[in-house]
Amino acid sequence: MKKTKADPKGVLTGAHYLDGDHALAEGALAAGCRFFAGYPITPSTETAERFAERIPMVGGVFIQMEDELASIAALIGAAWGGKKVMTVTSGPGFSLMMENIGLACMLETPLVIANVQRGGPSTGLPTLTGQQDMMQVKWGSHGDYAIIALSPDSPQECFDLCVEAFNLSEIYRVPTFVMTDECVGHMHEKVVIPPAEEIELVERKWYTGPKDKYLPFKPDTDMIPFMVKVGDGYRFHITGLTHDERGYPVINAECQNVCVPHLVDKINLNADKIIKIEEDETDNAEVIVISYGITSRVTTRAVRKARKAGIKVGTIRLITVWPFPEKRIKELAKKIKAFVVPEINYGQMVYEVERSAFGQAPVIHVPHCGGWVHDPEDIFKAIKEASK
Amino acid sequence: MKEKDRPEEKNPIEDLLRMDRIPHIWCPGCGIGVVVTSFAEALRKSEIDLEKTAILSGIGCTGRVAGYVKLDSIHTTHGRAVPVATGLKIANPELKVVVFSGDGDIAGIGGNHFIHAARRNMDLVIICVNNFNYAMTGGQVAATTPITANASTAPFGNFEYPFNLPYLAEASGATYVARWTALHLRRVTKSMQEALNRRGFSFIEVITPCVTLYARRNRLGDGLNLLKYYYEKSEIQHGADTKTLDISYQGKLIVGKFVDKDKPTFLDCMNEHLGKVLGDKYKPYGGNHD
Ligand SMILES: Cc1ncc(C[n+]2csc(CCOP(=O)(O)OP(=O)(O)O)c2C)c(N)n1
Ligand code: SF4
Ligand SMILES: [Mg+2]
Repeated sequence: MKKTKADPKGVLTGAHYLDGDHALAEGALAAGCRFFAGYPITPSTETAERFAERIPMVGGVFIQMEDELASIAALIGAAWGGKKVMTVTSGPGFSLMMENIGLACMLETPLVIANVQRGGPSTGLPTLTGQQDMMQVKWGSHGDYAIIALSPDSPQECFDLCVEAFNLSEIYRVPTFVMTDECVGHMHEKVVIPPAEEIELVERKWYTGPKDKYLPFKPDTDMIPFMVKVGDGYRFHITGLTHDERGYPVINAECQNVCVPHLVDKINLNADKIIKIEEDETDNAEVIVISYGITSRVTTRAVRKARKAGIKVGTIRLITVWPFPEKRIKELAKKIKAFVVPEINYGQMVYEVERSAFGQAPVIHVPHCGGWVHDPEDIFKAIKEASK
Repeated sequence: MKEKDRPEEKNPIEDLLRMDRIPHIWCPGCGIGVVVTSFAEALRKSEIDLEKTAILSGIGCTGRVAGYVKLDSIHTTHGRAVPVATGLKIANPELKVVVFSGDGDIAGIGGNHFIHAARRNMDLVIICVNNFNYAMTGGQVAATTPITANASTAPFGNFEYPFNLPYLAEASGATYVARWTALHLRRVTKSMQEALNRRGFSFIEVITPCVTLYARRNRLGDGLNLLKYYYEKSEIQHGADTKTLDISYQGKLIVGKFVDKDKPTFLDCMNEHLGKVLGDKYKPYGGNHD
């Protein structure tokens, strides 16, 4: 993995007062993103707007496409043209992107998609928050594949995790998602952007061998194939059909059973390297609250109250949502009374917690269908219930 | 040197095709292959840098073309080759980017992308094989199927108005528009060559026989019968008003080059406009050379 420093042209070093959407755009620019294709949708539009305003002075392109199908398609083209690329959207646009998210996975294309979630289904709550696309990001496109998804809980983390998402997408040649939500997207807080030389980036894994030996899908020792750009003279082929290492279509079960496991394994087998979670007082906890994004900030209040009431509560904040930190949850499940999982949906990541807890500890879900964050009191009640 | 004196020399087109992928999947008598041959010929004649040329396809019988042409090639999803091409072209403006796909792919499911890329005058060459049906999936009705023609999902004949593709392209902003049939191979090649050597959104429709589905279902005979139809009913009218180019079932086929005009492309407009408005603050965009 070749590391580089950020190009100062894109880095707005200093302390700023930004909302999460704007911080995403700054994260992308700092990470070296020079191509952004998007289609307006509340509550994500501000990211596109900021990128459109900033990019002419940095050197790159913003293009507003005709729809989200086109946005993700253009990203795939631009990534193979050698750029770091990003788009941003929310529920309805995310649904439209699904088919070509599968293509991006199949072509092992590095790209970043931010989803500023709103309440769904359908047009739902355009201006109000939700965390209802957490399973869609993992399973939404057809077929088996794996992706990486991160969940920031503040504008600062929108910046930091956007940079991180670019790095992960390059390391694993995989679409990487920043799954934020309307609250974080529209929340203004202090965002500190470090000097360019303190922002570490990962360079694309460029192939440099002989031209006639290039195989776009031959896994290297770290499982990740090398990449080239269109126009470098390799005259290579890539297809969304099941393919061999040359990128040629091979329509049979043998090839499928090499091609597909690779897409999943390159993420799952590297899960320990990818996963980041934040734990607090989990060591002697009786109850552990698992949350992510804006909900982890609401959880803080409930946990404080529970601790005052004498309950031993620990917390886990999922920074990486996918791949899911199942090992750690499994470990903790043996030691505690119960998990509590608040999230702004009617049950999504809670199923992963249940699966990982493996019957060793009960899991109490605290649902909220969107439109606003939880009342901390509801989370507190669940903690109390769990401690019994 | 006479042809027979150099038996070792291979067909120059072989350098432009992935010979390791031959035999291809197309039916005997299918017209797609000859359009590909014309394209290979146009690539050679245009003398453009093949290492800086990319071909993209969507999904369909024609969608397989990208896989057989030995250029940097991307086989995308159904209808989405044009926006993928848009991203690719913008990322690396020194590329010549060609989309080679079917009528269903380009004008049906991908119709919205097609008109928007034309509107922007994206510097792309679009080659559309119009075989009047969705062939790959078994001969269903398309947005190009002539009225009364039979298709598997129009078993009693089509009654929907079809697109007039050159008119659609011109109205949307295309700066080069031509239509030929698979009979007019020399002219197809010439149009492709012209398109490869110019800048801007170029659209070439090639009416092509689908012998297995469209021809058989409509009892139109074999490939030769279709070429005979093209021969008898086609009429070259360069510069014809694209409004007049509707195609009726087994009716007249007006072919020719209808539009060929200069207009700044998307990237020209972007650089020029932002340069004017932002002055020295603007970093002119030149793809990988910024
Ligand atoms: C999203 C999606 N819908 C449907 C299909 C199935 N499909 C594959 S090819 C095709 C039609 C192709 O027709 P056309 O573009 O005219 O190409 P042809 O086969 O006629 O050359 C369809 C509907 C698909 N692959 N993807
Ligand atoms: S089905 Fe029609 S278009 Fe497809 S390969 Fe056969 S003849 Fe050609
Ligand atoms: Mg067709």
